[in-house]
Amino acid sequence: MTESALFTIFVVAYLFYIGKSLNPPYPREVLEFPWLGSFFLFSSSATVVVAEHRLKKGERGGFHLWWGITMALGAAFLIYTATEWYHLIYHDGLTLSTNLFGSTFYSLVGLHASHVLVGLVLLGIILVASLTGNIKDRHHEHIEMISWYWHFVDGIWAVVVTVVYIIGMQ
Amino acid sequence: MANPTSSLKEVGTELAPAPPGREHGTLTAWIQDLIFTVDHKKLGLMYVGMAWLFFIPAGILASLIRTQIAVPNNHVLGPEAFNQAITMHGTAMIFFFAMPMVFGLANYIVPLQIGARDMAFPRLNAFSFWTTFFGACFLFLSYIFGPGLYGMGAAPDASWFALAPLTSKAFSPGNNIDFWSLGLLISGVGSVTGAVNVMVTIFCYRCKGLTLYRMPLFTWMVLVTMFLVVMFLPPLSAAQIMLVLERFFGAKFFEAQAGGSAVLWQHFFWIFGHPEVYILVLPAFGVISEVVPVFSRKPIFGYPMMVAASVMIGFISAGVWAHHMFTIGMDSFSVTFFAFATLVISIPTGIKIFNWLATMFGGKIRMEIPMLFCIAFLFQFLIAGLTGVMLGVAPFDWQLNDSYFVIAHFHYVIVGGIVFAVFAGFYYWYPKAVGRMLDHRLGLWHFWIFTAGFHLTFDPQHFLGFLGMPRRIYTYQEGRGWEFLNMLSTIGAFLQGVGAIIFIINMIYAARKGKIAGDDPWDAWTLEWITSSPPPEYNFEQLPEVRSRRPLWDLKHPEDPDWRFE
Repeated sequence: MTESALFTIFVVAYLFYIGKSLNPPYPREVLEFPWLGSFFLFSSSATVVVAEHRLKKGERGGFHLWWGITMALGAAFLIYTATEWYHLIYHDGLTLSTNLFGSTFYSLVGLHASHVLVGLVLLGIILVASLTGNIKDRHHEHIEMISWYWHFVDGIWAVVVTVVYIIGMQ
Repeated sequence: MANPTSSLKEVGTELAPAPPGREHGTLTAWIQDLIFTVDHKKLGLMYVGMAWLFFIPAGILASLIRTQIAVPNNHVLGPEAFNQAITMHGTAMIFFFAMPMVFGLANYIVPLQIGARDMAFPRLNAFSFWTTFFGACFLFLSYIFGPGLYGMGAAPDASWFALAPLTSKAFSPGNNIDFWSLGLLISGVGSVTGAVNVMVTIFCYRCKGLTLYRMPLFTWMVLVTMFLVVMFLPPLSAAQIMLVLERFFGAKFFEAQAGGSAVLWQHFFWIFGHPEVYILVLPAFGVISEVVPVFSRKPIFGYPMMVAASVMIGFISAGVWAHHMFTIGMDSFSVTFFAFATLVISIPTGIKIFNWLATMFGGKIRMEIPMLFCIAFLFQFLIAGLTGVMLGVAPFDWQLNDSYFVIAHFHYVIVGGIVFAVFAGFYYWYPKAVGRMLDHRLGLWHFWIFTAGFHLTFDPQHFLGFLGMPRRIYTYQEGRGWEFLNMLSTIGAFLQGVGAIIFIINMIYAARKGKIAGDDPWDAWTLEWITSSPPPEYNFEQLPEVRSRRPLWDLKHPEDPDWRFE
């Protein structure tokens, strides 16, 4: 709930400042729809569900596999964002201080990316704990919480995509 | 976390229970216990202690402010020091006196009232306290660290709501604003985690039979408060993150030259800022709702309406923030909407006042100190509400915004309402926490001097506002007709200081020599009075079972229990 409120404010700031930048680059010129990144992140939501099912059935091997795939997809998303930012910064010259678009874009997408990073760390802790045999049945609830968090981060991405890459590029 | 020595010490104290008010062991053992404790009662007391710790410098700043403007053309504080003083006074009183007080009371009382052994997440509780505490320390270190401009420390100086663009690098070149935004960001994390903790505790740890509909009103109002904290603190954090990005990395959020909007900062700040008022006042309502029935010897009048009104206040408080911004030039639709919402929110508040009065009506009122503070609260909060409604009427606000009328209004809310309720709660629950009663005679002195000082300080400020005295000015010229009222106000401020000192003396005196309280000194009805005073670490030997809203009444009067009428 807290995180939703936090994101709400950044989303509002983004919406409020759409089209108010006084100098280029403008979103339409430099942004591309993140098909690949969205694919990575949204499919990771599905894989985490599969991983949970495997865990409930007691198939540790399957759980590790799908959990690992989830982490790989999350990492791929971050790498995609990193290349996007690299391109924006060094090719298009857009930084946090260039204009309002830069300020709102990096803060909103960056806030989301930081949540993905936190999610990756949490997923990683579970993977290591499970591989070393420290996950017992009573920990299943914790794992469920972490997968909920992961779904939440995905849901936020849906909002961010809508705001930044659909509404913002009109 | 688990430190072998500290756990040994705890075992030791359990074997030989300390007499009330006295701690066994050495100073280092005591400090170690404070640092490693996860007990909700100790953390609650630490929150409260922190609140009083920061109340002292913030109070001293207030008296410095009043001294400066007591007479025209005064030079006790320069303009820069004055700006720092008003900023630090406001910030510290809101975030490091009132908020820790709310969390302290919630921490101490809520688990006892719902018959739980501790909070849901004890270690998270300790984390919340320490982050809040370090955030506060960080803010106050600004006075020491960094020479700042003019060589007097880099305390924040842009007033407690830090309006853009005054906070931009161009206008605030030092690190003053950074201390403000980072300090509050840190303590904000603690507040949010603390709020989640209290919510989970209330939802999941109620004892057998304690349905939501039987829950004590203090717990109910704390629950609504914690929802507000979780929903409306993040806007402030978000805005402060933007401010930090702007000041350190050159982002453009609030910079008009780049198309940014200073008004957006105001919106973000007040989306937090107005619910914050209800975050502080709802627990105060909760205290009043506990004290008034016990000292009127009647159950609370209109319990369902009280709960409904609290929840309504929680909802409506989300839609009134822009009444702080009538003068910045909004379109007429927004002005109408926010004026309307502001008037609507006075309805549930009025319902509450009527219910307290109806509870007192026909009751056998005992004029103990907590009740005195409650009665004063009722008068003062009514006036605070009325001036609030006046300011909610937009044309009236255009005339008086940013004048001393506003200062008088919100100090009536915060001092006349919240601080009085805190005092009532203190006199009511102190015996439970310490095991000894606060002294009645000193309490009377405290009550009358503080109340007189309060009215002497803030009543004249209404008129100063009408006479056109703007807020935040560090001095003024002679001959505007403000001298006499300002002098009165300053005298009142020092009277309040005397009252507060008497209160502190009373607390110290009572901890050593006060009358032994016993489990239930007020003949009250909620669960915290079942257990011993002070309660043992596990709170209850047997978890209680509740069958009505007044479980202790049922125990004391088995021939006429409440649950027969439910």
